[in-house]
Amino acid sequence: MEKFTRLEAVAASIAQPNVDTDVIIRVERCARVPRAELGRWAFEALRYRADGSENPDFVLNREPWRRARILVCGENFGCGSSREMAVWAIAAMGIRCLIAPSFGDIFSNNCFQNGVLAVRLDRATVARLHALAADPATATMTVDLGRSTIRTASGEEIAFEVAPLERRALLEGLDPIGLTLTLEERIAAFEARDRARRPWVYFAGPAT
Amino acid sequence: MGRTLFEKVWDEHVVADLGGGMALLHVDRHLLHDLGGSQALAELRARDLKVRNPGLTFATPDHVVGTAPRTRETRDWAVKLVDALRAETARAGVRLFDLDSGSQGIVHVIAPELGLALPGTLVVCGDSHTCTHGALGAIGFGIGASEIVHVLATQCIVQKRPKTLRVTFQGAPARGVYAKDMILALIGRIGAAGASGFAVEYAGPAVRALDMEARMTLCNLSIELGARIGMIAPDETTFAWLEGRPFAPQGSLFEQALAQWRTLAGDADARFDREVALDCSELCPQITWGTSPEDVIGVDGTVPQPRDEAKRAALEYMGLRAGTRIAGTKVDRVFIGSCTNSRLSDLRIAAEVARRGRVARHVAAWVVPGSMRVKRAAEAEGLHEIFLAAGFEWREPGCSMCVGANGEWVEPEARCVSTSNRNFVGRQGPRARTHLASPATAAASALAGEIADVRGVL
Repeated sequence: MEKFTRLEAVAASIAQPNVDTDVIIRVERCARVPRAELGRWAFEALRYRADGSENPDFVLNREPWRRARILVCGENFGCGSSREMAVWAIAAMGIRCLIAPSFGDIFSNNCFQNGVLAVRLDRATVARLHALAADPATATMTVDLGRSTIRTASGEEIAFEVAPLERRALLEGLDPIGLTLTLEERIAAFEARDRARRPWVYFAGPAT
Repeated sequence: MGRTLFEKVWDEHVVADLGGGMALLHVDRHLLHDLGGSQALAELRARDLKVRNPGLTFATPDHVVGTAPRTRETRDWAVKLVDALRAETARAGVRLFDLDSGSQGIVHVIAPELGLALPGTLVVCGDSHTCTHGALGAIGFGIGASEIVHVLATQCIVQKRPKTLRVTFQGAPARGVYAKDMILALIGRIGAAGASGFAVEYAGPAVRALDMEARMTLCNLSIELGARIGMIAPDETTFAWLEGRPFAPQGSLFEQALAQWRTLAGDADARFDREVALDCSELCPQITWGTSPEDVIGVDGTVPQPRDEAKRAALEYMGLRAGTRIAGTKVDRVFIGSCTNSRLSDLRIAAEVARRGRVARHVAAWVVPGSMRVKRAAEAEGLHEIFLAAGFEWREPGCSMCVGANGEWVEPEARCVSTSNRNFVGRQGPRARTHLASPATAAASALAGEIADVRGVL
């Protein structure tokens, strides 16, 4: 995966709760658009008007947030469908870090798989970050995974926690499949035990 | 201290404890579909890796296939995905339940009906509604594209152990109130993020009384509570339902499995991190008014005043005014289908309503059975004739208008009563307006041409 160490960038505020992965990327785009081109379809219903023109009210269509690489989000961001294209689309826009009180559980796993840092903070802290991100004068923040802090424009440092395993994988850009394959002996031992204990799980079913 | 159902099944699958609450878990059933399945298999090949256990991996086309009556005609861009799934599964030695196999259908309908999902198994699929399989006492959860490749390569998955939440449904639902109403009411009560980070166990007399298919409906909407996992302890209802299914163990192997399955229910002294209780006897049929499943009211209720900007936007999107009665709102479409509500019992309930009238002239009403097996069983009972006589379309199995990945959409600003699981902005098509409800409420609304209280029909 792509490493994540330190990111100094403009943050944009998308405060509404329950932004689901259908809103982040429509299923039709998932089925028809190559991964590299998904970025232009991220947040389609919010970003474009019915005639296809840009919606000037949407934050990512305005300066300085057009350059945002950090999103400060509302509760339950990325809820709904498991489609990883939601993360691919956001990442293709250049976003590398998301901050929210809570995320859809599958979505936050998908973020990790793509080297996108999903930071969970308490509601009050996220509310303060929304206010900072909404003002161009204070919208630039520094996310430092090595120190596990977010530094605001005023120099305030906010600590966050990431699971140690994920933190190390992000910092070093480790490949999750490669890591698991190093445990091959344990997987094989588990399977041997399990086949004896639960043989029906390995029942091949009827011949077709 | 005793362990919960979830804890027992989780512990049984731990291959390695990775620390910090993370574990490497063995996957017993990996389900692939047409929206991502072929890409994951191709990605695996590109990395010079093989499917570690093709015998535990199963595939079917469901998301992108067309469901028009008596044809499997599929959009040209989607045909490529189905063809790729055929080629990649053949190459990898993965069993495919293809369109002509007699067993094709929505992945969360066919895996239980074929006996693939079993009590105490761990089931994953690149689809968030994999929680459905929890109805059998399995841990089922949705995963992303990268995790699919990981499971193909290793037959394992790395996960953080969730906390546990027990939801106890007390009482007995009244006539016209179903599992769909129970779970929608719960989502309304605790919110769309109410169980985020938790594995849910549904318990209580109202759950015990549900048949297997209704239990699947209940577990299916766990993800709309924010929970990746929703489970029900397996019992005699479960065991009787499983016996004789093609991929369920047979003969002495079934007896051996049964002995283990009987040990899975949570211990009496097991503790949950959180408990919620809901009395079903007071519930009326539920219907959503907004763009999150938590935006739900009784069908005899009024559209609520928006509590914030997001809910105001939801009302505007839905073309509704606060303070008006939801019943009587004119509808353009009715969709009976999806992994939530497309099983034989759902179709029986809808047909019971449908045979009492005719679909209103301005409504296009579809019935999309969840699988070929459901379709055949329904036709053997003559349900299709009831639907056709009432003016419903009787279609071929697939995800269809729940998600619109096959191009079957609700038109912009058209209003659809749908038995599916998500009323998100654009879910059923750009600017489509979705009202989630039970098959009974959907069928009653099709006849009335407006959102209707099924209790007035039954």
